[in-house]
Amino acid sequence: MTSSFFKTLRAGINSTFQDLGRKYLYHIGLPFSGAMDKRNYLISNNLVGNQNNTAVLEFAFQGPLLKVENGKINFAITGDVNFRIKKASSNIVDGECYKTYTLEKNDELDIISTNKSVYGYLSVSGGFKLEKYWNSCSTTVRAGVGANNGNKISKGDKININNIEKKYVSKKLNFINSKIEFIRILKGTNFDYFSKNSIVKFLNEEFEISKLTDRMGMRLKGPKLENNKETNIRSEGLIKGVIQVPADGDPIIMLSDHGTIGGYPKIGVVISADYDKLVQSAPNTKIKFKLIELKEAEKLYKFYKMETDKLLNQVQ
Amino acid sequence: MIKNISNLGDAAIYCDFGNEVNQEINANVIKYFKSIQKKNIKGITNVTPSYNKLIVSFDLDLTDYTNLKNEIQNIKILSSFDDDQKLIKIPVCCDEEFALDMERLNKKLKLSKDEVLNNYLNKEYFCYMTGFIAGMPFLGDIDKKLRLNRLETPRVKVPMGSVGITEQFCNIYTFESPGGWNIIGNTPIKVFDKFKKKEPTLINPGDKVLFYQISKKEYLNWNDK
Repeated sequence: MTSSFFKTLRAGINSTFQDLGRKYLYHIGLPFSGAMDKRNYLISNNLVGNQNNTAVLEFAFQGPLLKVENGKINFAITGDVNFRIKKASSNIVDGECYKTYTLEKNDELDIISTNKSVYGYLSVSGGFKLEKYWNSCSTTVRAGVGANNGNKISKGDKININNIEKKYVSKKLNFINSKIEFIRILKGTNFDYFSKNSIVKFLNEEFEISKLTDRMGMRLKGPKLENNKETNIRSEGLIKGVIQVPADGDPIIMLSDHGTIGGYPKIGVVISADYDKLVQSAPNTKIKFKLIELKEAEKLYKFYKMETDKLLNQVQ
Repeated sequence: MIKNISNLGDAAIYCDFGNEVNQEINANVIKYFKSIQKKNIKGITNVTPSYNKLIVSFDLDLTDYTNLKNEIQNIKILSSFDDDQKLIKIPVCCDEEFALDMERLNKKLKLSKDEVLNNYLNKEYFCYMTGFIAGMPFLGDIDKKLRLNRLETPRVKVPMGSVGITEQFCNIYTFESPGGWNIIGNTPIKVFDKFKKKEPTLINPGDKVLFYQISKKEYLNWNDK
């Protein structure tokens, strides 16, 4: 039996294979990477009956147009995504997120765009057939590491799918992505470098997400944050969610593909529970920060985890 | 040896070894780095050493700050890491076309090209950390006579293999990348190789590195050997 595969008729803007990311490599300069919105990633795998760490195709804004050239493919799309299926018979089906569909040979899947959000996820039953680097398929384009030789997918690419001998059961989840009013943060290690006035602005005024935002980082525009002490620190490690402020006073939030070492003061760190929602905020969105304590952040993460598990159990 | 431990966000620990940058402090950072790595503590996902800080990131599903802070405070630290320490010799071609900032160095440091190279080559440098871009080593300390700031305007593209210096440090650009270090040559060696799955980086924190000069002809034929 030859395996099922898609042919890429349009690649989309930033379509990469991602899983749960790659551990233990910060010290050689490789970021964690992995799916940006972990909750939507997990749900997409769960819908098609895959293990949690099965790689999916992540897309940003405009997704790919894919044609089934061989076999049957059972898939689900998660996020807030507008897509449709063009059947070989010319019928067009408007797609619903959080629901599985089965494609036949010559059917086309057109992932048109994400709505008022950034990332969406395409999972297929059995998973994509990909090579692993250091135990992960996550793509880090900047270092050329990961599935598809470390590249985004391109027009013409053949995307192979692992065969599974099983009848597909259709599955569904009732879920709507919610927005949050505040991005909650903890104090960064250089919080006291900034003037009192700047801290007040940082915690009370709005920041707009700039277009210079990608998987590496999110640049913000708003009140300039004035540093009273030192605009450069000795280079040190970074993690995702760190908010750095360079000399120009505009904050940058480190996202999943961030450089592993940086030399700008850290004013704050986004809490783990709010990361998925942060990354789904599109350019021009206005956000506000709220400072909380570590204990509260830990509690909020437990709640986030519980909610995610509950959603995974509701898939049926 | 750690002066202060705090949290960096809710999923990382920030170990502060002080503000100075010297090999003694960095050797302590690296001892902790290697000791934590060897102990395989549950939940840790990354350990990132730098000049005088160590960041331990973890999976909040498996552990938390308080637990891990205790473990790190009570960890038995290696007395030395000599057994792990390698000496790596890096060939470098310093011909005009590779030594992009030699003229700037000649002018600002008031040293001839030979003087710059004699002060730089064939000395053992210590690897403080690797990172920024995959596999890039931060090495030091270079001779006091060679210390110069970064370029005022960083290059948009520094060629892969470039060997650069700034302040007390030198480095190797493992990929083509933006950067502002003063470039004095280029190595034909692959310092980061993603296909070497066990050890993709040639140089690791704590290693020693020595640069020696090769001719353009040797450079061009290097990878045919």
